[in-house]
Amino acid sequence: MQASAVPLARPRQGQFRFRLDLLGVVIAALGFAGLFLPFAAFRANRIVPGEGAQLFIALGPVWGVVLLSASLLVLAVALLRTPARLRLAASLSALLLLLVLIGEAGRHLTPEGDALARVSPGSGFWVLLAAFALLAADALSRLALSPLMRIGLVLGLAAVLAAILLSGAWDALSVLREYENRASAFWREAETHVLLAFGSLAAATLVGVPLGMLCHKVRPLRAATLNVLNMVQTIPSIALFGLLIAPLAWVAANVPGASALGVSGIGTAPALVALFAYSLLPVVANTVVGLGAVPRAANDAARGMGMTNWQRLAGVQMPLAFPVILTGIRIVLVQNIGLATIAALIGGGGFGVFVFQGIGQTAMDLVLLGAVPTVILAMGAGIVLDALVELASPQKRGRS
Amino acid sequence: MSQPTAPMIAIEGLCKDYEGRRVVEDVSLTIGRGEIVAVVGTSGSGKTTLLRMVNRLVEPSAGRVTIEGEDTRAQPPHLLRRRIGYVIQGNGLFPHRTVAQNIGTVPRLLGWDRARIAARVKALLEIFQLDPAEFAGRLPHELSGGQQQRVGVARALAAEPHLLLMDEPFGALDPIIRAKAQEDLLAIQKSFGTTIMLVTHDMDEAIALGTRIAVMDQGRVLQYAPPEDIIARPATPFVDALLGRGDRPFRLLSLGHVRDLLEPGTAQGEPIGPEASLREAFAECLWSGRDALPVIENGQALGIVRREALARQAGRPQ
Amino acid sequence: MRPGLVIRLLVLGLLVAFIFAPGAFGWAFAPLNRPNQPPIYTQSSLLRLTLSHLGIVLGAVLAASIVAIGLAIVVTRRAGEDFLPLSRSLANIGQTFPPVAVLALAVPILGFGNGPTFVALFLYGLLPIFENALTGLTATPPAVREAARGMGMTGWQRLVGVELPLALPVILAGVRLSIVISLATATIGSTVAASTLGEVIIAGLLSNNIAFILQGGLIVAVLAVLIYDGLSAIERRLGRRGGAPLPAA
Repeated sequence: MQASAVPLARPRQGQFRFRLDLLGVVIAALGFAGLFLPFAAFRANRIVPGEGAQLFIALGPVWGVVLLSASLLVLAVALLRTPARLRLAASLSALLLLLVLIGEAGRHLTPEGDALARVSPGSGFWVLLAAFALLAADALSRLALSPLMRIGLVLGLAAVLAAILLSGAWDALSVLREYENRASAFWREAETHVLLAFGSLAAATLVGVPLGMLCHKVRPLRAATLNVLNMVQTIPSIALFGLLIAPLAWVAANVPGASALGVSGIGTAPALVALFAYSLLPVVANTVVGLGAVPRAANDAARGMGMTNWQRLAGVQMPLAFPVILTGIRIVLVQNIGLATIAALIGGGGFGVFVFQGIGQTAMDLVLLGAVPTVILAMGAGIVLDALVELASPQKRGRS
Repeated sequence: MSQPTAPMIAIEGLCKDYEGRRVVEDVSLTIGRGEIVAVVGTSGSGKTTLLRMVNRLVEPSAGRVTIEGEDTRAQPPHLLRRRIGYVIQGNGLFPHRTVAQNIGTVPRLLGWDRARIAARVKALLEIFQLDPAEFAGRLPHELSGGQQQRVGVARALAAEPHLLLMDEPFGALDPIIRAKAQEDLLAIQKSFGTTIMLVTHDMDEAIALGTRIAVMDQGRVLQYAPPEDIIARPATPFVDALLGRGDRPFRLLSLGHVRDLLEPGTAQGEPIGPEASLREAFAECLWSGRDALPVIENGQALGIVRREALARQAGRPQ
Repeated sequence: MRPGLVIRLLVLGLLVAFIFAPGAFGWAFAPLNRPNQPPIYTQSSLLRLTLSHLGIVLGAVLAASIVAIGLAIVVTRRAGEDFLPLSRSLANIGQTFPPVAVLALAVPILGFGNGPTFVALFLYGLLPIFENALTGLTATPPAVREAARGMGMTGWQRLVGVELPLALPVILAGVRLSIVISLATATIGSTVAASTLGEVIIAGLLSNNIAFILQGGLIVAVLAVLIYDGLSAIERRLGRRGGAPLPAA
């Protein structure tokens, strides 16, 4: 798919020399600017506009000095040509420190016993976060980790995040204040969100892969099917969600047992059907492409050695097409995790509930409560599935 | 089932039409047991289609093929194919399976037990000079072109077929590896006695390998004869052109070995082995300006081969 | 004329007629609704919404194209190659960002209105174009690149005269993808008060008016299909001239 013969960065010199790193200059400039922007924002209650608090005001002198000096050190590592492992270690430590200290800012800024006051991360925090994350991402792409190590890294980061949340370090932050008020709703919507994204994916895989095989075999069917599925993709998601309300309401009312299964016009059912419809194209198209890309010689050899059509499909064609199909599944999963937020507009639940409530109440913390888990879920799914695709491709395996 | 007296392959009046166009026209030929028949022709001559009709990858429009006396239509095509080895250009190795799994494909299809498959794979790897410990677990893309080709042939021989079909098997190899692969094939054919039908566009390859050569053009077999006859008496101007007039004497020489023209006596200079081709010996005479070359085998002098005798041998046979 | 072209022109004509005089199509949408519901959205003119929708989309994609292609050129040059691995992974990760999240997070900075939508579409449009431009620019056959160098072309001449023209069909495919995604995504912008056709759909969702949802969705979908088709035709023409399909590198 992508050209693989891309010239990568020239290998770095092993010995330490004081030479500037081009990308490091950008990251250092970004991070340096971040140190002067408000680190946190304080608001008297959740609706009023906030006022920025600079680093030392937000953290107090001790932690302020700690973060300032640690940041400057890490930015110096970024600025100079340093080994990728050092850059990774430095950026990950800086990220950890930053994440822990934003919670500290929450405790420091909140007046004792004030339940209404809200402290949220300020622009300085976000810019520093971006700078360190860029440094980490660059170090990671230079290290070219193996797929299993990438999956391990995602799991590790998830564990660190969970540890920070469970430790209560962030309890004073506004996002978690919003969470406290809605803890049970949060987990209910999380469950719905995952059900929407994965349920539609499972259905699309069960239907799409056999449909793709059929399209591969029957040429006239191919163009027609792919055209129809392409058209489905052009229908705006909110319209498709909305248009399915009426037919599903009719099904719920008229098909015996349908409403007992949870089918109804408003809610999860139309969202699930819409996501399924969007998911079909990548799955079917990638199945067709994957099967079409099986080397002619391998196919011919399989036939020449006396494999039956079924043996050829199961033993040669499908295994060879699998990485491409998995790529389609990756596209679908990431897309569905994002699109599932729209389900909230038709009462389908999911993290979108908090996003749209937050927009309605101009309560950014509430928006974040919905948006951040969605982004994390989508990114995690993307990285893990990318790694799985690489594991599944024999040609790519073992290539650094 | 099979009749021991019947030829390995008998092709009778075979035709193939594609969308009203006849690509193979009334071909009849028989291939004896242990023969290597090379089918030569330009691209589009129908040679590959002819080969693919033998294992029914292409169904004939008319005519029939029998293998060891048995009509190929007597059993389902996939069962027929499991009995016949098949090697194609670009080898067609399954990229997702290891070398051992690739070689074990047909034995597995035939339901051999695991130990027997493993033993067979190991034996074949050794025959093809690929260390089993090193190569069995590798994936095809981790092999060189020459190694891939050898695995392709080993895979075709895995179920001990009596018949091997090869479609431009050495087409993707560079000249040096190709010469080695051809030598190996001849050695293996000799030890197994496998009958081989091989398609190539390269007349040199056909002459080097074939006990008989079938020259095809526009769907027809123009001439089917041993290499000497093809060189000496090309049946049509097309066969003549395919041989290349300037190369004919040397092609003829390439069929014989120094041993055939051995004479008593002694000569000076670099010696030559008795299994070298007459073509090499003649070239050496011309190049070093000698009238005779000493022939030595394992350090023992056997006699000489003379330039004059070589030159006589290169003339049109009477 | 080919039948495909006739159908496209017919659809285009119908679309234009509907946008200019939606009232004349009331009979077609009325059966979807209860008798007392209005069949056609009239709170604001469909023409204005369509133009505003197209304006935001084309503006955002244009901006995204300039930035993405520029960036792809920079990271495929010698001087910018340090940025290549990072930009690749960023493009990959960036695509996982849900558009709703981008939209919602842009509101506190830009306020309600067209701004957040423009930003979301811009960011979301960057990635497909960048990725395709990168693919196109790195897929120049090595022999062609060598020939260009061998004939004494400077770096700039090679870029303008060889690499970009060869990459153009692939880049255009990225732009096309970006436009189609943006056309649909722009409708979500109306949840933060952007003036797009999403307004019609959301009005339909709020008042349970199927006709509104359908007409909003249809206009967007038909626009997307027509634009997609048109750009595909242009690509094919360019591809033919370039002797495409490009050989796989």
